[in-house]
Amino acid sequence: MSDTLSAEILTSHILDLAHSGKRVDGRGPDDYRPVRIEPGFVASADGSALVHLGDTKVLAGVKLEPGKPFPDTPNAGVLTTNAELVPLSSPMFEPGPPTPTAIEVSRVVDRAIRAAETIDLTKLCITPGEKTWVCYVDLHVLDHGGNLIDAALLAGVSALAHTTQPLVRFGLGAADVPLEVDHFPIECTFVRLGDTIVVDPTVDEERAGQGRLTIATDEVGRIVAMQKGRVGAFSPDDVKELVDRAFRHGDRLRSLARGGGTGA
Amino acid sequence: MGTVGAKDVPVLMSPDGLRIDGRREDEIRPIRIVAGALRQADGSAFVEWGHNKVMAAVYGPREVHPRHLQENHKAIVQCRYNMAAFSVDERKRPGLDRRSQEISKVIGEAFESVVFAEEFPRTSIDVYIEVLQANAGTRCAGLVAASVALADAGIPMVDLLPAVAVGKVAGEIVLDLKKEEDNYGEADLPMALVPQSGRLVLLQMEGHLTREELAKALDLGVQGCREVHAKMKEALRTRYAEGDGGAA
Repeated sequence: MSDTLSAEILTSHILDLAHSGKRVDGRGPDDYRPVRIEPGFVASADGSALVHLGDTKVLAGVKLEPGKPFPDTPNAGVLTTNAELVPLSSPMFEPGPPTPTAIEVSRVVDRAIRAAETIDLTKLCITPGEKTWVCYVDLHVLDHGGNLIDAALLAGVSALAHTTQPLVRFGLGAADVPLEVDHFPIECTFVRLGDTIVVDPTVDEERAGQGRLTIATDEVGRIVAMQKGRVGAFSPDDVKELVDRAFRHGDRLRSLARGGGTGA
Repeated sequence: MGTVGAKDVPVLMSPDGLRIDGRREDEIRPIRIVAGALRQADGSAFVEWGHNKVMAAVYGPREVHPRHLQENHKAIVQCRYNMAAFSVDERKRPGLDRRSQEISKVIGEAFESVVFAEEFPRTSIDVYIEVLQANAGTRCAGLVAASVALADAGIPMVDLLPAVAVGKVAGEIVLDLKKEEDNYGEADLPMALVPQSGRLVLLQMEGHLTREELAKALDLGVQGCREVHAKMKEALRTRYAEGDGGAA
């Protein structure tokens, strides 16, 4: 009960602040938390990246192995994205099969990677109809400080951009080669707090929010994925305005990720 | 989307701007809605939309299962969107796959955005959607069926929830994709509108759109939702004007 009560007090505090354009952590409505990316965090993976987004930490690991293509796409590789919301990362998460939240994170991230044609799957083909590279992108949430979708995609694409195809390990070549990344999608998530819509929500803001909208953009000006989630609503005009904001944040985060660096 | 290595791509748009089934860009497939199609459920509806056939039922407000999901100050909406094994060309393994679980989540959240949940604390409003025959747009057809079923069950709501998908096919923004357009199209954008407020409570998108195309798609979708809304009201009027309360 006291948990519910304190959550209610915090929610009304967040909404009150938002009404005057303020946030609990001192950010403005369009301020993204500082982002730091550590590519190659895990040596056992073929590619990896640890993303720090404020208090949120997501580790992405990429593994490649030869396998069979899908019968309807004999000339294309296979790409699989999976997110694990392990109980280590939040008191909200429990052990067990993937929850709807985990499935949503996986699928929204997967949709952006796929729709943006981040990697050209036809280049993963080894023998048409028989053998291809299967590329697993596993997203491990380590600390859930809010906005998992953005952090997870940033980690996933950063990991892909630092992936080498392990030709040697599978006897398919004399030397490993880097995986080519053609496009760099970035997801940008917003929540509505009353009449204000804030970017990059914390856990408390997500809980207080009246609707969440994620917009994925790429570097050539395409919107490649969207997902509205949680209870709440957005007008078409809200969506159009948020698209502009998503492009701005996307451009900034992309150059940061490509530099492999740090920034707010 | 997902067209890598695909075989024969059908002609999706004729030179005079007609779609594969002869529709114009802003035309919706024929829709038939039957409110109150089942006996056991508290509310139900059957929707035929193009070649989609979808049944929806609502139970509740009733006790929450599992118990730990119960909320002290409001009702929760639990949605289960399920596709029958025989609803698609190649038999689908029965049960909820990841796609179905994601759709269940976003549809449940859409309804929780419009029902007066505070009126039924510590209860669950259970919404079941069974896709019996699928031809693109099943989540929208399911949402429409479930919304009519909620009204049929007498659940107080801000408004009905019409839904439709907009897409990009052969470079054009078009309303209500059918299967071939969905398979070989360039973008798919399902949405659900609260007609009274003009706001969207469900919005997803996959594919490639420019800013301008997205703006156009949103406007076309809102227009389509209003059309669907009229058909939903008509179905409820038919059911309750006749007052027979019988099964379809």
